[in-house]
Amino acid sequence: MSWIPPLLVAIPLLAAAVTAGLDHVTPEPLQDAIVVAAATATTALAFLLLWSSEGHEVVHWFGGWQTRGGVALGIDFAVGPLAAGMCCVIGVVVTLALVYSLTFMKEAARLFDALMLAALGAMCGFAMSGDLFNLFVWLELMAVAAYALTGFLVERLGPVQGAVNFAITNTTGSYLFAIGIALLYARTGALNLAQLGQTLAHGRAGGLVVVAMTLLLCGFLIKGAVVPFHLWAADAYAVAPAPVCAVLGGVMTDIGLIGVARLYWTVFVAVDRGGAIGDVLLWLGIVTAVLAGTMAFLQRHLKRMLAYSVVSHIGVMLAGIGLLGMTGLAGAELIFLAHALLTAGLFFVAGILHADHGAIDELRLRGRARGCWVPAAAWLAGTVGLVGTPYVGIYLGHSLIDESAAAWVVPLLWLGSALAGAALLRAGARIFLGWGDADDPLLGKPFEEDPHERDILRPLLVGIAVVAVGAGLAISVVPGLGQRAEYAAERFRDRGAYVAQVLRGRPMPPPPALPVSVLHTSLDSLLYGGGATVFAVALALAGLYRRRLPNFVSAAGERTLGPPVRVLHALHSGVVGDYVTWVVVGTAVTGAAWAILLR
Amino acid sequence: MSYLPYAVAAWICVVGLFGVATSRNLIHLAICLTVTQSSSYVLLLSVGYVKHGGAPIFKGTKPGSTAVDPVVQALTLTDVVVSVAVVALILALALDAHRLAGTIDPDGLADVQG
Amino acid sequence: MSRRVRIAVLVPALAGLGALFAWAVAGLPAFGDYRGPYGYVLNRIVVPLRHTTNVVMGTTFDVRGVDTMGEEFILYAAVVGVTLLLRDEVSTRRVERHTRRLRSDATRLVGVLMVGGGLLVGLWLAAFGYVTPGGGFQGGVVLAGALLLLYVVGSHRDYRVFRDEHFLDPLEGLGAGGYVMVGLAALASGTPFLTNLFGLGTTGTLASGGSIAVLNWASALAVTVAMLLLFAEFLKTYETPLEQDDPGS
Repeated sequence: MSWIPPLLVAIPLLAAAVTAGLDHVTPEPLQDAIVVAAATATTALAFLLLWSSEGHEVVHWFGGWQTRGGVALGIDFAVGPLAAGMCCVIGVVVTLALVYSLTFMKEAARLFDALMLAALGAMCGFAMSGDLFNLFVWLELMAVAAYALTGFLVERLGPVQGAVNFAITNTTGSYLFAIGIALLYARTGALNLAQLGQTLAHGRAGGLVVVAMTLLLCGFLIKGAVVPFHLWAADAYAVAPAPVCAVLGGVMTDIGLIGVARLYWTVFVAVDRGGAIGDVLLWLGIVTAVLAGTMAFLQRHLKRMLAYSVVSHIGVMLAGIGLLGMTGLAGAELIFLAHALLTAGLFFVAGILHADHGAIDELRLRGRARGCWVPAAAWLAGTVGLVGTPYVGIYLGHSLIDESAAAWVVPLLWLGSALAGAALLRAGARIFLGWGDADDPLLGKPFEEDPHERDILRPLLVGIAVVAVGAGLAISVVPGLGQRAEYAAERFRDRGAYVAQVLRGRPMPPPPALPVSVLHTSLDSLLYGGGATVFAVALALAGLYRRRLPNFVSAAGERTLGPPVRVLHALHSGVVGDYVTWVVVGTAVTGAAWAILLR
Repeated sequence: MSYLPYAVAAWICVVGLFGVATSRNLIHLAICLTVTQSSSYVLLLSVGYVKHGGAPIFKGTKPGSTAVDPVVQALTLTDVVVSVAVVALILALALDAHRLAGTIDPDGLADVQG
Repeated sequence: MSRRVRIAVLVPALAGLGALFAWAVAGLPAFGDYRGPYGYVLNRIVVPLRHTTNVVMGTTFDVRGVDTMGEEFILYAAVVGVTLLLRDEVSTRRVERHTRRLRSDATRLVGVLMVGGGLLVGLWLAAFGYVTPGGGFQGGVVLAGALLLLYVVGSHRDYRVFRDEHFLDPLEGLGAGGYVMVGLAALASGTPFLTNLFGLGTTGTLASGGSIAVLNWASALAVTVAMLLLFAEFLKTYETPLEQDDPGS
């Protein structure tokens, strides 16, 4: 089955070349069919790859360049069940987004499709690659496609600003990543991840390795919108069309974290001392989860709110990875699965609201969607799944992270997803039920609305949103998924077996027989999940009916929370110079932290 | 002298980042990004240099003679293409910004914020 | 943040980053003291195994060929992206077909010689890319530059075909898609993706390298056409050529 990995990249890329190249020649329905067929074929092959990677890593050496004497000469794709699972989710979300966009956007459709397919191929390549520079190439391809897709609605300044901020911030991160590659190459003379890990396993981490690691990991953290590198995310998601947001927020941002995990477990685990690398990641994750959750609550723009919700879940996933254990990684994996589908579904609903009512402002939409039962149900279900109510959506992943996290970490992570969930619940209640005050100065000033498509096939859009949300909710209760996620995480962390298979072709031991049942979670997690749900509902109601709170509560709230909120709003200034400054600060501080901890 | 190329690379990176963060013109910013990227070219090519080594092109030279590392040259080639792609996009965005906002000052583009 | 605050935060952060770089550089091997096995092994084996004397191109198109495929598509995505972003930016300034830009005949003569020379150099760089210094990318860029020089030197009519998307788009797709097809052909024949399957020929001649030669030309085509498309998109924002013949000329 080793012929599948290259196809996951070749099919979307070839389809992208054909789509844009034959733009003026072929009739439109045929082009639509080619695009959807390519995306569906890629997704189907990804599932086939998932099934075949259970027993052993599927390794494909490009050009037939196998290793010689322990030196890897060519580039390889080495796919375990975790990476294959990523490709499946990526394929599903992109396919749904492409079908959604068939009717959602009419102009420049072929260019749009070509870029989405290029992004699909790049993301799959990134998930599968076993070579450091190859990771950079796929990172850049998905980034370039994303920058252009973000600026799609060029009639307004907002998309241009969002695209500029996105492009410059992420490109800075990529260039730092390239410097990191050069440094690591100088030390090891290799670019293959397995070989890098082998070379670094002998000897201490000198300054060179620590700085290279900082640059490499920060490059991925910028892509993954982790605080303080997250500032571009809300600007970009606010202005991109809904199907693009679904792909960006659902999968493309998360995939940066998979890169971090891959680099850690294959290359840098040998130079880690006392889990210091993971500790910094854990701290970054916690700060991200809480800060982004707070920012989500302060938004009135639905897509910005969803952007901050994405970032807060990224924080939870990063914390899971930073715990450095099997359950933490498995939890991050399951959160990724659920969160990708649920977020995509919510973005699809936001797109429907925008098309129906011409607004994306929570306050302007107040009560306008009363009676739209199906989108309302999808929105509510998606929100509940993202909060982590027991046994739906991200709950299973979150509970796995709880198992290995310290006692003080767990409530903070639940707080992050509860805050974001509260914001989404508040917005849903205001829009679909008409609850709440008509204005709320906490949420900032009104903004100019972007133009929207009117001529859409609404049942198709609603159907896709329902499918995405339904699939996302089900992740916690699919029998056997939890155990398989744990096994995939165990395989992902096993550097010895990875190296043996990639560099020496030695097959792995056969997998254990995994039960097909729903994973049992601890009572603590059930309580946290239930508590988070209650908290989210309470906070949403408080947000809706702020004026009716007793005066002393409001005054106390204004005194304690007012200044920090103003500072937060000021920091998210929309100006790219500030963003790059924070990138430099974040890189320097993270590097200093690792320098001190790993010396 | 043997660390000068690396110091040059580090300096170019730092200066480029300063330019990117404080630029008042999107086109200038694109060039600053290119400058930052070029620090990685300098670093890559310096890392691959072999003392007294010739070019890794063996037409007319004896195969087996000392040559510098060809891999970093291939990587630099790819990096250059990446840089072209990004600069092209940022220039296109600068044109759009000028049409829509009348300015290409990144500080003046803050349409969405918070 | 105001500019003053931004610079006040930025400068210490850059100093910190610089300190980290200095610490890293201290651990680097001295300049000229390349140790790693990768480069040495490739310098030894690429010429006998692939019959290409330019080991850099042999690495780019064969050993690390899939990186180059990704890179082609980065350029492709950038071209598609620029087309997407500039689709509203059409200038209203129409130009006459026969307007020449340069008034001086002497300058135009020099320019024409440069165009001719540039085309020859570009073609030579691309054609002999895998034998002597050069390559598909380098040749493609020089070719595109020479053609843009044609825009400066010649009349609008001379350059018109190089701005025509109906002509350029399929070529771009062919260049990028062709690369993938070569890889898929290898896969279809049972070997790994992008295996060099064509005859390897004689070292040091044009007929060497097998699929490296094919990929080299595919890249040259893709890069030339990509640059021409970028020029066309940007030129469209300054002037729009007249579409049909005017009978009065």
